Amino acid sequence: MKYVDEYRRSELAQGVVRRIHRNSTRSARLMEFCGGHTVAILKHGIRQLLPPSIEMLSGPGCPVCVTDNSDLDKAIALAGIPNVILATFGDMLKVPGSRSSLQEARAGGADVRVVYSALDALQIAQENAGRSVVFLGVGFETTAPTIAASVLQAQQDRVDNYYLLCLHKLCPPTIRALLDSGEVGLSGLICPGHVSAVIGSEPWGFIAAHYHIPCVVSGFEPLDILQCIDMLTTQIEQGEARVEIAYRRGVRPEGNRRALEVMYRVFEACPAGWRGIGMVPGSGLKLRPEFQRFDAELSFDFDPGPTIEPAGCICGDILRGVKKPPDCSLFAGACTPASPVGPCMVSSEGSCAAYYLYGESGE
Amino acid sequence: MSDRIIMAHGSGGRLAHELVEKGFVSALSNPILDRLDDSAVFDLWGKVAFTTDSYVVNPIFFPGGDIGRLAVCGTVNDLAMMGARPLYLSLALIIEEGLPREDLARVVESVQAAAAEAGVEIVTGDTKVVNRGGADGLFVNTAGVGVIPEGIDISGSGAQPGDKVIVSGTIGDHGITVLSQREGLSFSTTLQSDCAPLNGLVAEMLEVSRQVHALRDPTRGGLATTLNEIASQSQVSIRIDEVAVPASEEVLGACEMLGLDPLYVANEGKLVVAVAARDAEAVVERMRLHTYGRDAAVIGEVRQENPGRVVMRTRLGASRIVDMLVGDTLPRIC
Repeated sequence: MKYVDEYRRSELAQGVVRRIHRNSTRSARLMEFCGGHTVAILKHGIRQLLPPSIEMLSGPGCPVCVTDNSDLDKAIALAGIPNVILATFGDMLKVPGSRSSLQEARAGGADVRVVYSALDALQIAQENAGRSVVFLGVGFETTAPTIAASVLQAQQDRVDNYYLLCLHKLCPPTIRALLDSGEVGLSGLICPGHVSAVIGSEPWGFIAAHYHIPCVVSGFEPLDILQCIDMLTTQIEQGEARVEIAYRRGVRPEGNRRALEVMYRVFEACPAGWRGIGMVPGSGLKLRPEFQRFDAELSFDFDPGPTIEPAGCICGDILRGVKKPPDCSLFAGACTPASPVGPCMVSSEGSCAAYYLYGESGE
Repeated sequence: MSDRIIMAHGSGGRLAHELVEKGFVSALSNPILDRLDDSAVFDLWGKVAFTTDSYVVNPIFFPGGDIGRLAVCGTVNDLAMMGARPLYLSLALIIEEGLPREDLARVVESVQAAAAEAGVEIVTGDTKVVNRGGADGLFVNTAGVGVIPEGIDISGSGAQPGDKVIVSGTIGDHGITVLSQREGLSFSTTLQSDCAPLNGLVAEMLEVSRQVHALRDPTRGGLATTLNEIASQSQVSIRIDEVAVPASEEVLGACEMLGLDPLYVANEGKLVVAVAARDAEAVVERMRLHTYGRDAAVIGEVRQENPGRVVMRTRLGASRIVDMLVGDTLPRIC
């Protein structure tokens, strides 16, 4: 497969691995912020190739996992309103809220539809004029611009039955919150590739400047990740901290200005609650006042009920990088992808699911 | 005459008779079916394999096949995976009111063509019509019987340490083809479903080797799930090599785009076999001469340690566990 196979070539990967082994003298804790990186690292067995001095931690970069139970409960309650069609990305279907999941709500008669883009949800609204379509807006900076585009399109086409449950989150403020908590001592950060394709590499500058932690933006192929680890190792060994890009085919320092412009025309930053991390100022997106008529929370009367957190689940600690999935007493016992207790076991990009599915074998 | 199926077609009255006689019996005609008694009557000898499966695919027509071909091939293949020679099938249809008669005729034609290709006969059947919304266009059930030749003993529990594991061709073709046709997920591809009867291929493999220990067709759940089933039933582990698993560029590309793993994508015309190592090369060679085995490849081997586990050597030389599919394959957010 062109543009993919090149980044999976074994002999090139072995070369980078040898260089990492040669260069790495200090012990280092690297965090991959993004769930996509966690999956790629485990799927390709990258951790097995690294020297024991390099420890890999998974971060909170899985939009499904960090969606708070109270927010999930809102989505489930909205889906239960007669005449509402709730459109969602497939990942959200199975995630348990306080009492139920969207999948269970659908089995109970709610009209929940899986879409691949917010524009598909908008089309459902146009085809169902007598009904209300609520799109479950979950995701980071990667997803938010296309959802903003759906709002602009709805406004232009005068679609009056399209709404957004706006649960978008922004990455840089949350990394700041993680670092300020002082819980995880990081030596380097693997910055998310697709988020950076939108926001650029510049917004990570504060991590290098204020916290003196090297940052490298990575793609998702094995060679991308190995090159990123190699670049981080070099910075760590030299005692430097700057932002670099190991994913130049996807990311520019200034990001995608057009996508950012669309995103901030429709949304503005607001505080947001992250599972396991809590409220983080400026880490969410809400509709700007002139687009409030699209806001599902303001447009419908619904009661999500009290929030209940699953007992024994340590997803929060895992999302903060304080603990690893196998540290959880429920892992692979009471909590498996078939009957997940917490969201990190549900999402395809959740750390627990990735550890469970791609567990490494000691031969 | 209505050009759509209406409730009266399922009433048991004149319209129903007309549908059965003109719609099915004339197309699927054979001496056993043509008697139109309450049961099909035939002779069998030796050890008999018997299986059933229901088909609810959406859309009912897709590139490379349709629900009719699928329903025949699926049941034929379940019989063939036991080493049986498939003989007779039943065909039951649950039709949603409003289905165009032309669609039904196309499906029945396709059933006939697939049955002829596989060398089986449809000997009994049933039709029900349900209210609009009571089914999704058309649901099909087939059951089938076949005879297992003397000396053949193949099952999912027969894999032995040392066996080589072979897959008969590229994986994921059916699943990606059907996905590409789904409403709300439009991407164009020249892919075709691999939907095919595999009894001919199995017969040729058995001509070359009597050391075929386990056979399975990796349908829903994909290759990964089937390998896990064999490993667990046979109490062995299976080790496969990522680079050895055949898959088309298009399937790999679509999987990249949708965030799916081809190991978990459905097939309808592929088989996995565990065969004694000394026969493996001869079996692969013979498979490659057959239309439905031309991309056959050895993908790994059976081992003794860690029974029930499937492990894959990754492209980078590391290894990881390959687990069963859990739930539906849902495309990811980002």
